[in-house]
Amino acid sequence: MNQVQNFEIFAPKLVDRKEYFSAGHRACQGCGEVLALRHILKALGDDVVVANATGCMEIISSGYPQSAWEVPYVHVAFENAAAVGSGVEAALKALRRKGRIADRNVKTIAVAGDGGTCDIGLQALSGAMERGHDMIFFCLDNEAYMNTGIQRSSATPFMAATTTSPAGHAIPGQRTQKKNVPEIMVAHKVPYVATACPSYPLDLINKVKKAAAVKGPAYVHVFSMCPTGWRCASEITIKMGRLVVETGVFPLYEVENGKYRLTMEVPEKLRPVGDYLKPQGRFRHLTPSDVEKIQEYVNREWEILLNKVECMQPW
Amino acid sequence: MAKKKTEQKKWPEKWHELNPGCMVFAAGNAANYKTGSWKSQRPLWDNAKCIKCGICYIFCPEGCIQETQDGFYEANLDYCKGCGICAHECWPGAIVMREEEE
Amino acid sequence: MGKRVGMEVAIAAAEAVALCNIDVAAVYPITPQSHIAEHMADIIHDGRIDAEFITVESEHSAISACAGASAAGARAYTATSSQGLMLMHEILPIVSAMRLPICMANANRAVSGPLNIWNDHTDIMPQRDSGWISLFVENGQEAIDLSIMSFKIAEDPEVMLPCVVNIDGFQLTHMIEPLELPSQAEVAKFLPPRKAFAQLHPDNPISMGCFAMPDTYTETVKAKEVALRAAKKVVTKVFGEWAKRFGRKYSVVETYRAKDADTLMLTMGSMGETAATAVDELRKAGRKVGLVKLRLWRPFPVEEFKAAVQGCKTLIVMDRAISTGGAGGPVATDVKSLLYGDKKKPRVLNVIAGLGGRDLTVGDFVAMFDLAKKKKDETFELYGVRE
Repeated sequence: MNQVQNFEIFAPKLVDRKEYFSAGHRACQGCGEVLALRHILKALGDDVVVANATGCMEIISSGYPQSAWEVPYVHVAFENAAAVGSGVEAALKALRRKGRIADRNVKTIAVAGDGGTCDIGLQALSGAMERGHDMIFFCLDNEAYMNTGIQRSSATPFMAATTTSPAGHAIPGQRTQKKNVPEIMVAHKVPYVATACPSYPLDLINKVKKAAAVKGPAYVHVFSMCPTGWRCASEITIKMGRLVVETGVFPLYEVENGKYRLTMEVPEKLRPVGDYLKPQGRFRHLTPSDVEKIQEYVNREWEILLNKVECMQPW
Repeated sequence: MAKKKTEQKKWPEKWHELNPGCMVFAAGNAANYKTGSWKSQRPLWDNAKCIKCGICYIFCPEGCIQETQDGFYEANLDYCKGCGICAHECWPGAIVMREEEE
Repeated sequence: MGKRVGMEVAIAAAEAVALCNIDVAAVYPITPQSHIAEHMADIIHDGRIDAEFITVESEHSAISACAGASAAGARAYTATSSQGLMLMHEILPIVSAMRLPICMANANRAVSGPLNIWNDHTDIMPQRDSGWISLFVENGQEAIDLSIMSFKIAEDPEVMLPCVVNIDGFQLTHMIEPLELPSQAEVAKFLPPRKAFAQLHPDNPISMGCFAMPDTYTETVKAKEVALRAAKKVVTKVFGEWAKRFGRKYSVVETYRAKDADTLMLTMGSMGETAATAVDELRKAGRKVGLVKLRLWRPFPVEEFKAAVQGCKTLIVMDRAISTGGAGGPVATDVKSLLYGDKKKPRVLNVIAGLGGRDLTVGDFVAMFDLAKKKKDETFELYGVRE
């Protein structure tokens, strides 16, 4: 059955009822990414400008003459959401100072997929975060180039089958482990870094609000379930998000000024990764020993994270 | 080139009717596009089982599930794509997915 | 009128932009543009103007940040050169399609392989079709004047297109010339703060940079094409206003001793002054030769150009770039195709010269003139190459 264990923490009634991303968008059935976006926008409210990278969220939302965005929105290209956001942020600052726009705080956010963040957009992201713009960067990570047809990215997990890392006889899927971009952001001394997942909407909303409160750069890496690309049923989207967290494959945490904190319940023992891998077609080819390998990796990474939570002191 | 910021009236537009830079001035006008035709199954609520928790509303990727006046929930079938998340997540089991008939 | 002071052209270009009440500058250093970037930083860091200075991590981000800033309603400026411009290439046509009036200085420099930091026009030519207004300056004073005018042209409600001012790298950027900067008050009257047609702000949430399906894309191309062509009228109008206010006259195509000439040379950028001296020498030797200079490269000033070359028998096009494996230099290729349908047209000869910073002296222009005159066919000549 279903796994809503802590029903009361959902408190859906506390969520902003206004929608900032209109229905009529063309996302696939059961898209976890657009759900994440919906809640991110709810958390931010009206006073925001969005710079979006080319990708799923752009294509499903902004085919002229229609736009799903109820907030000011700009898209320029694939790799430059962070740079475009930098420009927006600088312009808002300058124009406000010069009295040419209303004198109130408007938050700039940049939104990109895992390709637009971890691969082609990494340089622009690094530059923007290093320069300290007052901007939140959201990586909506569905673990491959879904918009172009499920090609592997550096965020694709180990052994996952994609159209450019197929489960062949010689090479069974993705050969590398997922690139850890939140860590790269911590290394930039970004004051607020968090991981989130729309299966935990209140946690996601809280993190977005925390990020928005930072006067400076913030980075939120949102695990975004993709039934189309992962080859699983559309109705289990939310369940997949819960499983990825409960197995420790994608732990939920935040890093405030260098201080790590887990924002999920810390289990005695992580749920076996097989529970998460099994429903997904992209892992169908895995042998029990492959699953074991992945389990070992997840355990090790989990230990490392727990150590950081315990040992890292704020700057 | 600059012209009044009016919403596009007809479609497709002639070249000189396009908004400069393909800007869209009517925020959220994607709502004119009805995605409801995509679905092969639709959610049905059994309000006897519904506890008005709103989880269906929270998890709907379309944002097309709304609270009714009496506190129950329903999907706007103009937009519902029939993904089945609401039925799967409804822990009291108040929602079932029913195959579209045509 | 201000007084003339000796100043490096790159510094003067930055000073000119500082007079324009820009809101955001995003620049990445590259030779020979870097003096513009450095001086812009000095101006902003000293608080002489109220603007945001974004020290981006690449030219790609420079133009992207300008796109974001311009979309948010700011007057945005960047400057680059060569490889930097090539890195911006992807974003240039997007910016013009989005109708964002960003202004840019390009210190023209050869494109790598092999790496070469010196002047020619091989960097701007690949950007030819990107929908930007493209101006060429001949000297430092023009760099100042056109830098200021470029904002007025780009932001005109009839235009709303980005504009690049081409300043020959080193040949111009690093020259110290006697230059006159207009006063802040004069420029403020000429160029008030930008009033954007639309801008990113929650008070009026719009979407910019939407994509177009096959049923719309062709119409967007037509809209941009018409807008860019129409920009010529505005360029001329702004030149006229400048002449009235500041006394210096400009036109989209300029001629020198062209009236009774049977042979005309055609140049762009800093070559013009040397070529004019060569024309004087050739005239002294009894040759009926004149000069045509293209100040506006895009949109191509077709009518003005045709009027300028009307009646001449031979037109020698001096290109500072080559379309490798193609018909010759990009300027000559354009000129030939524009004249093709005309009943009375000059013979067009093409000399490609001055690549990768190779100097072009008065003697070289005379030699190129002789070389072209001797040509039996219409193929291009790569001048000065060691055989």
